[in-house]
Formats: sequence, structure tokens, C-alpha cells
Amino acid sequence: MPSKSMTAEPPAAAPVIHTGGILTKKARERLAKLGWGIVSIGLFALIWEALWYFEMVNPLLLPPPHLFLQDIPGTLKFFDRSNRIGHIASGGGVIALLTTMGWTTFRVFTGLALGFICGVGLGAALYYFRMLRNVLMPTILLLAPISPVAWLPVAIFVFGIGDVPAIFLVFITVFFAIVLSTGAQISSVPINYIHVARIMGATQRQTFWRVILPAILPSLFMTLRLNLFGAWMVVLIAEAVGVGTGLGQITSMARATFNAKLVFFTMGIVGALGFLTDWGLRQVQRKMLWWVAPAKGGF
Amino acid sequence: MARPAVSIRNVGKTWEVEGRRPVRAIDGLTIDIEPGEFVVLLGPSGCGKSSLLYMIAGLEDVSDGVIECDGLPITAPSAERGLIFQEASLFPWLTILDNVAFGLAIQAEQPERRREIATEILRRVGLGDMLDKKPDELSGGMRQRAACARALAMKPKVLMMDEPFAALDVQTRAKMQDFLLQIWRDSRASIILVTHSIDEAISLADRVVVFTARPGQVKEIVPIDMPRPRNPRDPRYHAYRDHFTELLAAEVDRAFAEQEVR
Repeated sequence: MPSKSMTAEPPAAAPVIHTGGILTKKARERLAKLGWGIVSIGLFALIWEALWYFEMVNPLLLPPPHLFLQDIPGTLKFFDRSNRIGHIASGGGVIALLTTMGWTTFRVFTGLALGFICGVGLGAALYYFRMLRNVLMPTILLLAPISPVAWLPVAIFVFGIGDVPAIFLVFITVFFAIVLSTGAQISSVPINYIHVARIMGATQRQTFWRVILPAILPSLFMTLRLNLFGAWMVVLIAEAVGVGTGLGQITSMARATFNAKLVFFTMGIVGALGFLTDWGLRQVQRKMLWWVAPAKGGF
Repeated sequence: MARPAVSIRNVGKTWEVEGRRPVRAIDGLTIDIEPGEFVVLLGPSGCGKSSLLYMIAGLEDVSDGVIECDGLPITAPSAERGLIFQEASLFPWLTILDNVAFGLAIQAEQPERRREIATEILRRVGLGDMLDKKPDELSGGMRQRAACARALAMKPKVLMMDEPFAALDVQTRAKMQDFLLQIWRDSRASIILVTHSIDEAISLADRVVVFTARPGQVKEIVPIDMPRPRNPRDPRYHAYRDHFTELLAAEVDRAFAEQEVR
């Protein structure tokens, strides 16, 4: 894992032979990062456990990690293998947990992808067509600040119970942010890039696809990443209320049945998923949008 | 005599920005640039030299007068009139090879042919080893050479350069001037180069067009009658330098005086 990025492509692998020392240094850095990660989470758990040990927190309300991780098979009974709405857990197990996680992640990514594509499309259209901008911009500015959660009733009225309201909520979370930043990004594309394209005889369409889009993609992807956590927040709410399955539904059910262990177990899963998906998007950014300096792409 | 490559007839340019007083950048400019000629536009900053390049490139319209290329008025940009900026302005998402091949791709050239042409030109500008590098991995001088290669790939008749070496350090600059003379000889294109460096003008030009302060007009056109490479210790070189220094000093004084009156 540590040397993966160096050895993934043959051309990059050649210098590795000469700079073996640097590689181990890099590996050491990664190891240190991992170590600090364990220390950080360990410390957090330790304090929690200590509070429980000295009976300063009620284990029924705030069960420390060793309690909510104690009986995983028991906890997993609450997870369902199917994506059926309102279905009572069908036996659980790891498969059920993964299925539930998978469905929630699917809703997040579908919403993000749709929101990103539609957002860039509408944002660009607004930038290029003045009439469209005049007609739509005031409405967009009115709708943009509305919390995605406020869209939930609308989503359920329109789409009913199921996957779509959750996807729609994630969509809303990124859509307006992308729409508004697309125009700003297009206007900040260096004018000389466009001059070069014009001199080379590019049509407006070619200029957009070959110059403007690649120039704005990195910062739009940053906007997407910044909204990823927001997407994870709203998907749980949507699942609790409007979907009937998924991690949000489990949390909601755990609250209703006063199952604190299940609450914290699910929170842990959600945290890990959020972290992993952010890491995943960072990798996508590094591989596909390599022309932005890594320093600009986050830590 | 052959038809000039670029013929600038009585050209004027007024910049009109909403809510501000219109600025007359260029006034009554008439210059002919011969095929294969190396012309340097020299003048104080803000005298409209760059505006003139943008108008020849077809990126800006003339306010009055006409600019003709091969006898036809310029109405739109064309790859026959390449323009190189102070920053290389390479696309960071493309490799050096793909940057140079960009224009060919736009002109729908076959992929293999594109690669062939771009590779050949990059070799000629000394970047044969850098084909698959990204612009960020190159030094400033190399990037500027790649930008030249990108323009040369279109086989331009006129190559315009807007202070192309201003952002480079002195040593790199000297190297780049040699390099430029070499590609000028190879390509047989006319070159129009904008600078405010007197030494750059004397080392490179067949003719130097000295501009007045704003609104830019031709103050004097000075042919440099010295064989290349030009030795800065040559007495004739000194004479040219003194002459240009004097011409420019007068214009800078005038520009300052006018600013104070306002």
C-alpha cells in the first residue's frame, strides 16, 4: 500500500530504483500518519472508557466502545439483507451490514454524480446565455440557501417513499453550489488560454470542451469534495424519513427502540464511510485531475 | 517589391470601458512588415504596442484604419498569425506533446500525423526529451520554447510575441534570443516582437519601430544595419543604444508630464 502510487505506472517506476531511500522515507511518513491516526482515535476512546469506568457517564445512554462493539453479531441482527422498505431485519450478518452500507453509499454517489453533471451543465448554460441567466438566476439565488433538509417533504410528495428522495436530497446539496461556482470558475479561466484556442481556430464548442472544461474541473471537484460531508448528513436524514432502508433507517430505528449501542455502532460505520469516500474522491482527484498541485487538493 | 506580410494602414484604437473616459491607445499608425522580416516594437509601457499585436492577431478589432494580411483585411484570428504571450500559457492538463499538437487536433489532423509533426518541432526547439512531461515540470525558458513550438506547429506566416522573455532571468533570456533567431531563420516567418528592452531590440531586429507615449504613434523606424550575431561591444551597437535611449527618455518624460497635468 505505501508504495502503490510510485509503482502503479511503469514510467514512474524507473526512478524508484535509484531513489530507494526516498521511498522508505515516504513509507515511514505514511506509517507515522497511520500511527497518529490510531493515537488520536485511541485517545478519544480511552477518555470515553475512563468516563465510563469512573461512572461519570451512564452506559445506557453513552455506551463506550467496548460495549457497543462487544456483541457485533447481535448488533448486526438489526441490519437487513434486502433493500426492501419497512422490512424487519432478516437475520443480519456481515452481508446485511455491507448491503446496507452499499445502498447508502450508492445513494450518496448517485446524488453527487447527478448534482455535479447537472450543476456544471446549468452553470455553463447560465454563463453563456444571458437571457437564461436573467430568467433563472433570481430563482436560483432564492432556492440555493434553502437547507436540503427542507426539501425532504417536497421530495417525498413528488417521488414517494424509496431511493429517489434520498438521491434527490444529495443532489440538492451539491447542485446549487456547483451551479454557482461554475460561472465564477469559467470567468476566471486565464484569458490567454482562450486566445490560444481562438488563434488555433477552435470553435466555441471546441473551446468549451477542450479548454474551459478541463480548466475549471479541478476547482469544481474541490467544491464537490467539500460538499461530500454535507451529502452524508442529508442522506441519513432522508433514509430515516423518506426511504425506509439504509443506515439512516437503522439509526432512526435504534433511537425509537432506545438502543444506544446500535446508535453508536451505526455512527461509527457512518464516520468510517464518510472518511473512506473522501479518501476515494481524493484518489480520483489525484489520478484524473493530476494537473492541480496536490497542495491545493487538500491535506 | 513583394506584397508585405502585414500592412498596417492608419490604424487607431480606442479602448472604451463603461463608466470611464475612453482611452486612445493607438493613433494613425502605418507600418508595413515584409515577409520574413524581424520587426521589434519598442516603446514605453502603455503605448499600445501590445494592443497592436492583438489587433494583428485578430483578437481585437481596430477602431479606425485597416490591417491587411496578404492583401486581405483581418477579421478573425488565424493560425497563420501565431501569438506568444509573456507567460507560456500552456494547458496544464496536457503533456508538452499534446500542447504542441493542440492546434493540429483542432484542425482535425490525423493522430499519428499530429504526433509526428509535434515531435519533430519539439526536437527542433530542443525539447525532444520532454514530450511526455507536463508543463509544470519544465523551467520557464523551456515552457516558452514549448509555446513557440505550439505556434510553429501551425506553420505561421507571422509570429507575434508579446514581451516573451520578460519573465525570464538574464542568462535564460540571452539563450532564448539566440534560440529565437534560429527558429526565425528556420521558419522564414515574419516576426513581430514587442519589448521595452533596448538591448533586446538591437540584438534581434531587422527594423525597430519606436513608439511614442500614449496614444501610440510611430516616432521613428530604425533599421539595424549590423550583421548577426551582434556584439554589444561594437561601436555601432553603442550608437544605436544611445539613440534609442534618447528617443525613449523623451517619450517617458512626456508621459510623466501628461500624467501630472491630469
